[in-house]
Amino acid sequence: MLGSFAVLRKQSLLGDAISHAALPGIAIAFLITGTKETNVLLIGALVSGLLGAFWIRGITKRTHLKSDTALGLILSIFFGFGMLLLTYIQKLPNANQSGLDKFLFGQAATLLARDVWFMASVTFVCLVVLLLFWKEFKILLFDADYAKTLGFNIQLIDILITSFIVIAIVLGLQTVGVVLMSAMLLAPAAAARQWTNSLGIMVVLAAFFGASSGVIGTAISASQNNLSTGPVIVLVAAVFVGFSFIFSPSRGLLFRQIRFIQNRKDLELHKTLAFMFEIVKSHENISHPHAVKILNNFHGYTRKSLGKLERKEYINVSGSMWSMTPKGYHFAANLYNQQGNENE
Amino acid sequence: MSSAQIEIQLIASIVAIACAIPGTFLVLRKMALISDAISHSILPGLVLGFFITHDLNSPLLIITAALSGVVTVVLVEFIQKTQLVKEDTAIGLVFPVLFSIGVIMIAKNANDVHLDTDAILLGELAFAPFDRFLLNGSDLGPKSLWIIGTILLITISLLFAFFKELKISTFDAGLATALGFSPVVIHYGLMSVASITVVGSFDAVGAILVVALMIAPAATAYLLTDNLKKMLGLSVVFGVFAAIAGYWLAHWLDASISGSMTTILGIVFLIVYLFAPKRGLISVLYRNRQQQIEVSLLTFLLHLNNHQEISERHINHLNEHINWRRVKSKSVLDLATKNNMIVIDKSIISLTEKGKDFTDKAIDYIITNDHSKIESIKEDFFLFRG
Repeated sequence: MLGSFAVLRKQSLLGDAISHAALPGIAIAFLITGTKETNVLLIGALVSGLLGAFWIRGITKRTHLKSDTALGLILSIFFGFGMLLLTYIQKLPNANQSGLDKFLFGQAATLLARDVWFMASVTFVCLVVLLLFWKEFKILLFDADYAKTLGFNIQLIDILITSFIVIAIVLGLQTVGVVLMSAMLLAPAAAARQWTNSLGIMVVLAAFFGASSGVIGTAISASQNNLSTGPVIVLVAAVFVGFSFIFSPSRGLLFRQIRFIQNRKDLELHKTLAFMFEIVKSHENISHPHAVKILNNFHGYTRKSLGKLERKEYINVSGSMWSMTPKGYHFAANLYNQQGNENE
Repeated sequence: MSSAQIEIQLIASIVAIACAIPGTFLVLRKMALISDAISHSILPGLVLGFFITHDLNSPLLIITAALSGVVTVVLVEFIQKTQLVKEDTAIGLVFPVLFSIGVIMIAKNANDVHLDTDAILLGELAFAPFDRFLLNGSDLGPKSLWIIGTILLITISLLFAFFKELKISTFDAGLATALGFSPVVIHYGLMSVASITVVGSFDAVGAILVVALMIAPAATAYLLTDNLKKMLGLSVVFGVFAAIAGYWLAHWLDASISGSMTTILGIVFLIVYLFAPKRGLISVLYRNRQQQIEVSLLTFLLHLNNHQEISERHINHLNEHINWRRVKSKSVLDLATKNNMIVIDKSIISLTEKGKDFTDKAIDYIITNDHSKIESIKEDFFLFRG
């Protein structure tokens, strides 16, 4: 759901960066408290994720480095630092440290009912805030300058959105793991984007796609052994995306291709008709028959297009001769005029 | 230092150099995240290569992995070309999918082989010296040194051969096309080199460090210079420094080498980010502040110039009229007094000759927008700063 905002804000890879940036937070939280309490680790992850997100913003705002560089930089540096801390922790004389790296790759199966409730409640809070600030989010998203002139505190809203994305990511980490988190954030939103231009519908659709890929993915991975949940969920989400890319009615590749071919056919038909019109124009009787042969050297002509023209009753074909009907003459004349007008 | 230690540092440094060169161009071409994508999506290529050869040490693995890196780039380009989503979304979609495929392939078919995701993502430099390259029974040094050395050699020779082409197509793709270089060929060439470098290095240092080594030195260097050659040089220097310093940090903490190398890179970047002479955070903030004060001063002087009546020029009036806070008005007032632009007589402010002159020039500039008029003022502003 929040992914919709990330995708529309061109911050798609923020998810990837933050999920990596959360690692040192987990490690530091463990170093300080010495417990493996999920909530403590989550808070650590949250803090370092937020730190990463705001540092990225700082870099893109204050220097001439582009956002992709900033993202990659923060991602790798935080993750590397996290690795350093993790390996350091592993050498500590403390038996409690194993299992920290479970956070890295995610283990949906190890989730406890308590965790699920926790996640559900956080999701609910996100939802409420989203509805409360719907208008502000929307304006900020599409026209930040306008939002500013209206007197909204852009920075506050911006921070709010970023924080929620970070929270969503950190929570999701436990389920699908670092690498696949970005796909979970992006894929449903990217798929939803293909079906609608309305933000509201897009958010709902994204939530639906996300939820169903989660359910289907879990079902598939449960039905076979040796299949980890995270990757399967991601693949299911990817199938959704691919399907949306190809079959979405307004933006999809398939329909675009069909429209393209149709346009070209229409154009060729019109070309043939225009050519015929040129010939017919020189005769007094418009339905004077001409040989089909003279059309052969013309681009748009095929036997099929001739048949099509006949079906539309623009021409009559008898044997190897064709003649134009009044209807066809009229249409072609207008066609010609239209083109003439457009050229002017 | 034992010979193993020297070898580790040597490998790390060579990897750093090999990464810094394509990394610089990736950063300049705003494609830094492609390296991240490649580093993840080589996994299915590796697995596929392993299925074909059933040998983890086969050179075919490097080729298939590099190929899957190139496939990533092609896929990203393809999705981007359909214009259904933005480039970053395309990247974010492609690599998790490829990675998932890789993970599933491992889980399904190669569970008992030493090919786990940890090893690929994190790498272990400390073991690199144990994997020797043996030729006719004689020991020629660590194998990864040979692999990455070869890659570095290829990269450098390509860099020298195509430096001009790379430079033009990076900064002005249109001009490059007009001159008859194909930006597409150069683009894919660069991508292939990046892909091969990632593959060659990850074995030694892990995928994440490869990303760090590609982006961080280049980004740090970019903060310091605008010159491509200097930038290349600087990023190589930063990379090597991080490699060696990182090794000793890891040695001292007894922790992961790649992790500590990345940390050093992060620290170097942080320092440059804060203190770089022109682009650093501190100097940017300082400059903003200076400009703010200068504008305030100008507003203040213009205000004085406009109002002859005494009530408008009373020192307490400033706060309400120009709507400044007390502290700010005081600092502007001090600045103006220090530069002999105003005199304060019984809380009434008046412009001096110098102040009047300055204000006139400023008005002149604002009206005509002619830069030549402001030249002398600029010098004055430099006086303020001192």
